[in-house]
Amino acid sequence: MSIISKVARRSISIRVSQQKRGYAAGTAQPQDGIQQGVAYSHLLKRGPEDALRNPELAHISAVNGETTKMNLFQAVNDAMSIALATDDNAVVFGEDVSFGGVFRATTGLAEKFGKDRVFNTPLTEQGIAGFAIGMAAVGHTAIAEIQFADYIFPAFDQLVNEAAKYRYRSGNQFNVGGLTVRAPCSAVGHGGHYHSQSPEAFFAHCPGLKIVSPRSPIQAKGLLLASIRDRNPVIFFEPKNLYRAAVEEVPVADYELPLGKAEVLKKGSDVTIVGYGAQMYTLENAIQLAEKKMPGLSCELIDLRTIVPWDVDTVVESVNKTGRLVIAHEAPKSSGMGAEIASTIMERCFLRLEAPIQRVCGWDTPFPLIFEKFYMPSMIRCFDAIKTSVNY
Amino acid sequence: MNKKKLHIYLLFLFFNFQYREAFMLLYRGFTMDEMMNQCFSNDMDYGKGRQMPIHYGSKKLNFQTISSPLGTQIPQATGAAYALKLSNSRACTICFFGEGAASEGDFHAGLNMAATLKCPVIFMCRNNGYAISTPASEQYKGDGIASRGIGYGIDTIRVDGNDIWAVYNATKAAREIAVEENKPVLIEAMTYRIGHHSTSDDSTKYRDRKEVEERAQFDNPVTRLRRYLEHKQWWTQEEEDAWRKEVRSSLMKSFNAAEKRKKPSLDHLFSEVYDELTPNLASQKQELEELLKKYPEYYSTEDYASS
Repeated sequence: MSIISKVARRSISIRVSQQKRGYAAGTAQPQDGIQQGVAYSHLLKRGPEDALRNPELAHISAVNGETTKMNLFQAVNDAMSIALATDDNAVVFGEDVSFGGVFRATTGLAEKFGKDRVFNTPLTEQGIAGFAIGMAAVGHTAIAEIQFADYIFPAFDQLVNEAAKYRYRSGNQFNVGGLTVRAPCSAVGHGGHYHSQSPEAFFAHCPGLKIVSPRSPIQAKGLLLASIRDRNPVIFFEPKNLYRAAVEEVPVADYELPLGKAEVLKKGSDVTIVGYGAQMYTLENAIQLAEKKMPGLSCELIDLRTIVPWDVDTVVESVNKTGRLVIAHEAPKSSGMGAEIASTIMERCFLRLEAPIQRVCGWDTPFPLIFEKFYMPSMIRCFDAIKTSVNY
Repeated sequence: MNKKKLHIYLLFLFFNFQYREAFMLLYRGFTMDEMMNQCFSNDMDYGKGRQMPIHYGSKKLNFQTISSPLGTQIPQATGAAYALKLSNSRACTICFFGEGAASEGDFHAGLNMAATLKCPVIFMCRNNGYAISTPASEQYKGDGIASRGIGYGIDTIRVDGNDIWAVYNATKAAREIAVEENKPVLIEAMTYRIGHHSTSDDSTKYRDRKEVEERAQFDNPVTRLRRYLEHKQWWTQEEEDAWRKEVRSSLMKSFNAAEKRKKPSLDHLFSEVYDELTPNLASQKQELEELLKKYPEYYSTEDYASS
């Protein structure tokens, strides 16, 4: 057999064995020289010094600089463990949380803190939310889990009509500041209609709620502790795709990260790029591709972290510098968070804008199983939007 | 003992209908002034004028502010009871709703959770035969609300809702079970709604006037209590007449005082949505202030208290 045909056969067999499956953190072939995926992200802090270099964590490195490797569900678990340890009135409950939860987020908590503080509820999201509100209304700290964000809708009435309005309608006699609702959200590669949704926009429209979504383990732990301790009802959406895929050196100390503050992940001068949750990794790759294809281009990347109330000033400051904005989220385009951000930035930065604000989002369809790759605001779509904005 | 029973009767008369537990609130110590202030949405309303009338709340009386959606309080009462249990407070929660609200999903969720999680909560269902215009026969097919309690594994009693001592005794027993045994109790109090649903309702449109008059005459809870007191010689017709006069005068005094007061300051339009004003609210508040300055003829604030 000739050398050429041997080589050809081998490269074919390599291609076949690396056939992509729709799994979360599957090692994809680099496209256009960009190694995509959470596993290769530079946004994750893989070394202790890296983790503690964060100015928001400066205060803890002085006291206790110890870190340990954690993925996102372990970070969430650690936050809840600290919450339960530091607040005798804190409890954790939801469907299947007792054995550790379907995403392992509550592993070990029942054993450590007891069955009356970490417990299963019957299968009723409206009950879980109502029960949580009741506990919080008498001053306790209720950390409720909704098994998938896709199933949060039976709780919508309790969250919107009750939790959100509890303080206001009572003239501040009562409040449910001790309420936190956690839910796994967003795409996972094979979730379809009911295991992939990002429903933040439904709740963003409701005054009285806060909504938070972390991009990484360090962020998840700090933001969840802040959410639990914040004196307002908070919905904490955890991108399920990141539960195992995102791994960092996470400080073991008790620390919080600020709500209502976006984080500039990469400084740039030509275009502002805004996202939250798992989308940050796609945007990171899109920026890498854009800066490679358009040498000299400098992109600024912002993670909102808190979706409501979102950090308008940070985004305005950035767009005033760059004159261009690209927003990306998995949730459907129409009436999504992108619409809110675009409108506000249009109001605040109208004369500064050099191009129409770009929104790269899921299409206005239910989340389609087999068409996921075509539905998602992928690296190439985000790149395309950056290109459009910059070339306008 | 007489004094207490008398006191209850007087309050009963004072407020001879009950809706959303107004009577209960009064019995606890909520004053007519406090009630009127809420109903007039004035600057003394604890709720700061944000909700429609009768949405009372009182922190000092441990009465969670009422909201309009029906049944939402049921799982909340369950959760609050669980918290009280964890704190070893030896207290329980009591939660009121009608036979109509008991059709809501929150009823099912709340009772099921109370049973499985062993919560010291009393579920008090006032079955008065009507949910606005919908008679009980169109609300459920089973044996009232009490039969459902059994389904959830909850100790249940059905009681004559127009017999004040029966209701009192049932509730007292329920509280003991809830607090001592850490489990829920369901009480279904059978009664009849003599009045209209609300001031916007005319119930002659959907029920026979004769039916209402008969119930008012032969099974009126206030009358039954009065007869009892008279029988015991703790009450007379003269005292009845004098009390009615006094109550009416006192009520009108509170009414007039509350009506005259200013409405809450406009600051309270934006305050207390969160524990602290968020940036978007701060800028919207400023936007409204500027509008008020720009178009004062469209926005009269003279009826509102100043900041």
